[in-house]
Amino acid sequence: MIFSSAPRFLQAMEAVCLRLGALIVALLLFGVFVFAAGKNPLDVYALMFKGAFGTWFSFQNSLQRAAPLILTALCTALPARLGLVIIGGEGALVFGAFCATVAGLSFKESGPYTCLTAMLLAGAMAGGAWILLIGALRYFRGVNETISSLLLNYIAIAILNHMVEGPFKDPESLNKPATLPIGDDNMLGHMFGLDVHWGLAYGIIACLFSYVLIQHTTFGFGVRTTGGNIRAGRIVGLPVSFLMLATCFLAGAAAGVAGMVEVAAVHGTANASIIAGYGYTGILVAFIARQNPLAILPVALLLGGIGASSGLLQRRLGLPDATVLVLQGIMFLVILASESLYGRFKIFQPKAAPEKPAPPKNPTPIETKPTEGLALG
Amino acid sequence: MRVTLSRIALVFALALCAVSHAEEKITVGFIYVGPRDDFGYNQAHAEGAAAVKALPGVTVREEENVPETIAVQKTMESLINLDEAKIIFPTSFGYFDPHILKVSVKNPSITFFHCGGLYTEGKHPANVGSYFGYIDEAEYVSGIVAGHSTKSGKLGFIAAKPIPQVLRNINSFTLGARSVNPKATTSVIFTGDWSMPVKEAEAANSLIDQGIDVVTCHVDCPKVIVETAERRGIYTCGYHASQAKLAPKGYLTGAEWNWGKVYVDYIEWVRGGKKWPHLVRGGLKENLVKLSPYGPAVSDKAKADADAAKAAFMVGNFVVYKGPLKDNQGATVIESGKEHGQTDIALESMNYLVEGVVGTLKK
Repeated sequence: MIFSSAPRFLQAMEAVCLRLGALIVALLLFGVFVFAAGKNPLDVYALMFKGAFGTWFSFQNSLQRAAPLILTALCTALPARLGLVIIGGEGALVFGAFCATVAGLSFKESGPYTCLTAMLLAGAMAGGAWILLIGALRYFRGVNETISSLLLNYIAIAILNHMVEGPFKDPESLNKPATLPIGDDNMLGHMFGLDVHWGLAYGIIACLFSYVLIQHTTFGFGVRTTGGNIRAGRIVGLPVSFLMLATCFLAGAAAGVAGMVEVAAVHGTANASIIAGYGYTGILVAFIARQNPLAILPVALLLGGIGASSGLLQRRLGLPDATVLVLQGIMFLVILASESLYGRFKIFQPKAAPEKPAPPKNPTPIETKPTEGLALG
Repeated sequence: MRVTLSRIALVFALALCAVSHAEEKITVGFIYVGPRDDFGYNQAHAEGAAAVKALPGVTVREEENVPETIAVQKTMESLINLDEAKIIFPTSFGYFDPHILKVSVKNPSITFFHCGGLYTEGKHPANVGSYFGYIDEAEYVSGIVAGHSTKSGKLGFIAAKPIPQVLRNINSFTLGARSVNPKATTSVIFTGDWSMPVKEAEAANSLIDQGIDVVTCHVDCPKVIVETAERRGIYTCGYHASQAKLAPKGYLTGAEWNWGKVYVDYIEWVRGGKKWPHLVRGGLKENLVKLSPYGPAVSDKAKADADAAKAAFMVGNFVVYKGPLKDNQGATVIESGKEHGQTDIALESMNYLVEGVVGTLKK
């Protein structure tokens, strides 16, 4: 019993240790950078810890900042298991936010539960449809999904701006065009006893659901197989078109919910402030988490924490905001570089079969993309 | 030895007492939506913060690139919880609703001053103030200088969004130019957002290709536009802060904010326990806005006319928007004999471009 689960445990330990090691190396490199900028690295570390996790307020600040990133990261992570590199989380978030607002305005008088449910459904459906479109273009027409998802971000933003400044403009929002408000009674509140809105709970639920779906269902098995080799998937009779479209829909739905939360918990209207780049930071989160839905949670918290501590660094040490971008860049590079170390450390190798190391659980699924095969459907 | 030490301690204690009596120590937070050295909107605020730093007993904490999302709510709370700030200046227009409103209700002992002039008595919390300047007065004077400097009679204006504040600047600039050069026109390009460097450069180039020889703008960061204009050898009028450094040859003048005045006043009022006004508005006369010093290309005639207009604003009885005034579609927007003074609320919902502006608004 113990013996059979040991390789799995070792594999998980390897992933965690390599990730933590990379993080420490990144922080050390950042310390060198900060030292070169004339500041004491120890002060910087202390302030970063204080700003991100050092007080109850700081910890909640980090949690709050992590909430939208969890949902937008899923938008990249789920299709990645199928071999699709989708970076359209921003577009799905923005379009989801707009449609959720329209739903919220339509059900404004029906009481908060009906209104919020309508918003949630509308946001999820709209975001889902947005990424579904990208999956369909990929599957039926062979359009590169990375490029189309990037371009659709701009289209979503243009739609939002047009609607907010045109047909859906609240005539009273003079210098900051916005839709009519959904109303204070219909706003999404805070989680019990926390100063964090319900978006965090939605994110955690979505990650748990995605984990079970991908790792423990036949659907997820089909997704992973197709991601490994799309032709093999087709030969063994997997419904590749269904898997692809359904996964894209779920991914977009997660980002759409993030947009709904932005409207329902923060802004109360749809306006240009919704376009805050959560979709792009979500890509970073998904890649650092190696597209694993459960790993997204701590990674999003870490990036949320970095965001929270950036303010303190700026305010106390007078460092520019770009400092934190440097840290994020270093982290991303070191973590990607650490990928090459998998399987290099003996202690993580299962002792039972030393001559053939366990294959990586989810081979980074970018390389196989036979375009013609796909286009033929 | 012991005597010396105690003496030093005594002197030190006395000095501390003196300080605490003269000025109560206070921490003030500034939040910017973009980089504080952007040669534009945020730099104008950072220059105001620099004036605050010079006050004795005041510690200034600044944070830049804070988006208008829950991030700014958390930044305000972090200033309160971790930095013990007592006064906070969240300087972006979009920070007000819902962000400042939410955080100010939760923290009644902290004072918030917002840039935008949005405060409504009875509707908004008592610990919130809002300020704004009538910068279109400075735009009018800029327009006079531009009207004198242009050879082709074609002026250019690169603007972010067709909202009332922006339209008012475009119209005042054009009215100023046409007051000295009735044939002058202003071509407008809207880029669609506050910070779009690539589109702004494209707009500047396309305006210059159409024969425009003075360009100005209302975007968050005029840097790219001013640099493009200088490289192509045309004149510029600045906005928000002085961009004279970026265009030593072609910079004529510019409409600048003077936030330092507002910030220092507010801090002294709060610290002195005085009752402070919830709304502070003003133009050239109240010293809330100013003009960049004239560049080398400005003629004496232009200086004389611009100075005369400025003097009229300083007296306070000069009216920019008076009838008869037509929009650029030929419709009368202000009847003959009617006047809209600077503080007139009707100007706050401006939705037209005056005669002489080349461009259209979607209605």
